[in-house]
Amino acid sequence: MTFARHDYDAVIVGAGGAGLFAALELGRAGAKAAVLSKLYAVRSHTGAAQGGICAALGNREPDKPLWHMFDTVKGGDYLVDQDAAEIMCEEAPGVVFDLEHMGVPFNRTDDGKIDQRPFGGHTRNFGEAPVRRACYAADRTGAMILHTLYQQCLRAGVEFYDEFFVTDLAFAGETVAGVVAHDVRAGELHSFRAPAVALATGGWGRLFRVTSNAYANTGDGAALALRAGIPLQDMEFYQFHPTGLHGLGILVSEAARGEGGILRNDAGERFMERYAPRLLDLAPRDMVSRAVYQELQTGRGLGGADYVGLDLTHLDAEVLDKKIPEITDFARIYLGVEPKEEMIPVAPTAHYAMGGVPTTVDGEVTRDEEATVVPGLYAAGEVACVSVHGANRLGTNSLLDILVFGRRVGRAIAEFVRGGKGPAWPAEALEGRREKVARWRDTAGGPAVAELRADMQEAMEAGVSVYRTAESTAAAREAVGGLLTAYGDVGVGDAAAAFSTELLEAFEVGNLLALAYVTAASAHRRTESRGAHSREDFAARDDARWLNHTLCYLRDGELEFRAKPVTITRFEPKPREY
Amino acid sequence: MAPAVEFRVTRYDPAADEQPRLVSYEVEVAAADRVLDGLEYIKRRLDPSVAFRRSCAHGVCGSDALVINGTVRLACKTLLQDLEPPLLVEPLATFPVIRDLVVDLTSFFEATRRVRPWLEAGEPIPEREFLQTPAELTAFAEGTKCILCASCVTACPVVKRGTPYIGPAAVVQGHRFVNDSRDVGAEARLRILAAADGAGACENFFECTKVCPRGILVTKRINEIKAMLQAGGYVKGDAADG
Ligand SMILES: Cc1cc2nc3c(=O)[nH]c(=O)nc-3n(C[C@H](O)[C@H](O)[C@H](O)COP(=O)(O)OP(=O)(O)OC[C@H]3O[C@@H](n4cnc5c(N)ncnc54)[C@H](O)[C@@H]3O)c2cc1C
Ligand code: SF4
Ligand code: FES
Repeated sequence: MTFARHDYDAVIVGAGGAGLFAALELGRAGAKAAVLSKLYAVRSHTGAAQGGICAALGNREPDKPLWHMFDTVKGGDYLVDQDAAEIMCEEAPGVVFDLEHMGVPFNRTDDGKIDQRPFGGHTRNFGEAPVRRACYAADRTGAMILHTLYQQCLRAGVEFYDEFFVTDLAFAGETVAGVVAHDVRAGELHSFRAPAVALATGGWGRLFRVTSNAYANTGDGAALALRAGIPLQDMEFYQFHPTGLHGLGILVSEAARGEGGILRNDAGERFMERYAPRLLDLAPRDMVSRAVYQELQTGRGLGGADYVGLDLTHLDAEVLDKKIPEITDFARIYLGVEPKEEMIPVAPTAHYAMGGVPTTVDGEVTRDEEATVVPGLYAAGEVACVSVHGANRLGTNSLLDILVFGRRVGRAIAEFVRGGKGPAWPAEALEGRREKVARWRDTAGGPAVAELRADMQEAMEAGVSVYRTAESTAAAREAVGGLLTAYGDVGVGDAAAAFSTELLEAFEVGNLLALAYVTAASAHRRTESRGAHSREDFAARDDARWLNHTLCYLRDGELEFRAKPVTITRFEPKPREY
Repeated sequence: MAPAVEFRVTRYDPAADEQPRLVSYEVEVAAADRVLDGLEYIKRRLDPSVAFRRSCAHGVCGSDALVINGTVRLACKTLLQDLEPPLLVEPLATFPVIRDLVVDLTSFFEATRRVRPWLEAGEPIPEREFLQTPAELTAFAEGTKCILCASCVTACPVVKRGTPYIGPAAVVQGHRFVNDSRDVGAEARLRILAAADGAGACENFFECTKVCPRGILVTKRINEIKAMLQAGGYVKGDAADG
């Protein structure tokens, strides 16, 4: 049997903002790089980002990177590695200008500068009041960044393998040798040998039933790392965004509140006044989601139902049409609600993974609490945990994270691959995958992919949602553990080779199950409440015991936990009030 | 029991089938379901082998343009309640089928790439941002809404007829860049759009404008390009209409 073989200096897995910026830097440096993506690049979920990317440009009012850094650290409930946050906030203006020079159509002030608007948790002068820090292109900022980077990659001659699904990392001993990828269209496996591999596969909102994330957000890169014996960091910190369209989870960006939108309960009360008297509706997401959840728990949803109202009716029609046109359209199309006249029904929706593959500030993947580097393996974007978001990410900090660290990974790899060709291709890497696919296809009567996914999502929603307890997380862990075992006999009900989406889903469900297991177990272990991890049975933050990162390994079905220190440079932990 | 709707879906496996066939499915639907929800229902409950593309599920990624009851639409942005059953779901007609509802978009992406769809910023590059007024932004902003879904190309009568034509999406891409105050690459792009298969091949059927899920006034933008080609002396003849 022969296989298509490829040889590159670097393979980038994923063509969202993180992967594309890394690839562009490599292209600029003259390295031979390939971008493998299971979707066409422009279909990546970065394109769904709405609200903005923050940087202390000071175009509308005074602002400083140091204030931005403080907000990021406090927003992350002090679990942020402050060296990484400082780099991100310092590099932010440069990244935004770089994007502007490449063509991103940012909204402008009257004098032609990049316009900026307020966003949750971003403040002036260490928490005084909201600040205008988010740069935006209407409410399709992510799509504009994604398309622009893609366009510049085309210009730089970056090679794309569209609709190639990466199934395995290949190693020679401890050193990366490349990846195995499934060519979706032909239904064939390929080997890509490269001394450097970057994971830029995005998030895993599909762990949950109601999510703002695309179908493709199944955390493949994190699962690849986990299978290679690399731990995942801080997986218990999963963000629920307070305003998803009711029932669908489609996001209504915080930009709606940044432009003046107000959350109201059944009595018409602006309930955030009770939960965050200073920042109100622009408090960080974890707090707003808990507030919404509590309103719903106490029967104050609109008409007693399981959603609250996002009120935009008092805003100028021009603001809705010019600054948030897409999200107002979503409400019209999917719920039949006219935002100029009625409140939009919203509820929390699974949104963003703060945790992921641990890396250094140059995106090198690390394998333990001493941050020992895995030679040749890099990660950037939502899949990575640098950690700039700690226990809770602020809005507009993710686009910033994926671009700052995507760019740094590109630069780091360009430097690294000057060192040579890397190890020879390990033949067994591809054989193992081929046998597994053949077995799945021959299996009749095994559990169906769709059932495993539905059961997992149910278990995660019940046990590891906005609030958790020892019992709920243990139940989710046991349920998912059972599904992981069942997955061993999964059957793929599709015999055809070409474009077998069922086979892709079999890969994806395996990845999701591994991440669900680690997430539930990590949430069970952390007996405190911090950021997005709210334990009803341990309501307080406990710095004495838990001011450290979780590292969770999963080897041969066995979980192992370790604690990794948090880097604190400028801001000592304080109680978090807004 | 939820009400059922009949979906008739094109199935085709090039390795096994001589030609595409329609297969009928009974889909249980809820009030606000999208066509995409119906396809997911089929895949999850009735036949896991049916193949279609989708990702974002809310009209922003451009994956799931299909011909639904004879009209090109995004399956994730089309509510079942707005359609007459039974539903006929077919792949984009102007592209070769890879399998079932999945088509080969290579020619589509190649066409859009021909117009050099990237900003060529003028020197010197400023330290901070290029200044650009809100009005200068408006001059090209609409074209940036394109999600490269290929709906317009499939709906275009000129393309369908087989006349060589770069296609509406590529002209929209060109429009986006030649009208950007930061760009200095207009000339090369306009030269490409001035060729026989360029913007001039458009005959103003307006079908692209009707189907564009992003509300882009595609035909109007094509005519603006035609006018620029005239004014710049790239093409000869009467001024473009529209
Ligand atoms: C609805 C929504 C709105 C948001 N709004 C904002 C906002 O306003 N501001 C902000 O800062 N953040 C926002 N975020 C968060 C932010 O958009 C994401 O965190 C970020 O875009 C992730 O980028 P990425 O490059 O890491 O991954 P993605 O853009 O998700 O890209 C992942 C890539 O990996 C590829 N891939 C995945 N698995 C494989 C595999 N096995 N093989 C090959 N390829 C693979 C995919 O094809 C894709 O190309 C939003 C998120 C959502 C869901
Ligand atoms: S112009 Fe409209 S229809 Fe054509 S590819 Fe772009 S978004 Fe799709
Ligand atoms: S699935 Fe993204 S546009 Fe329909």
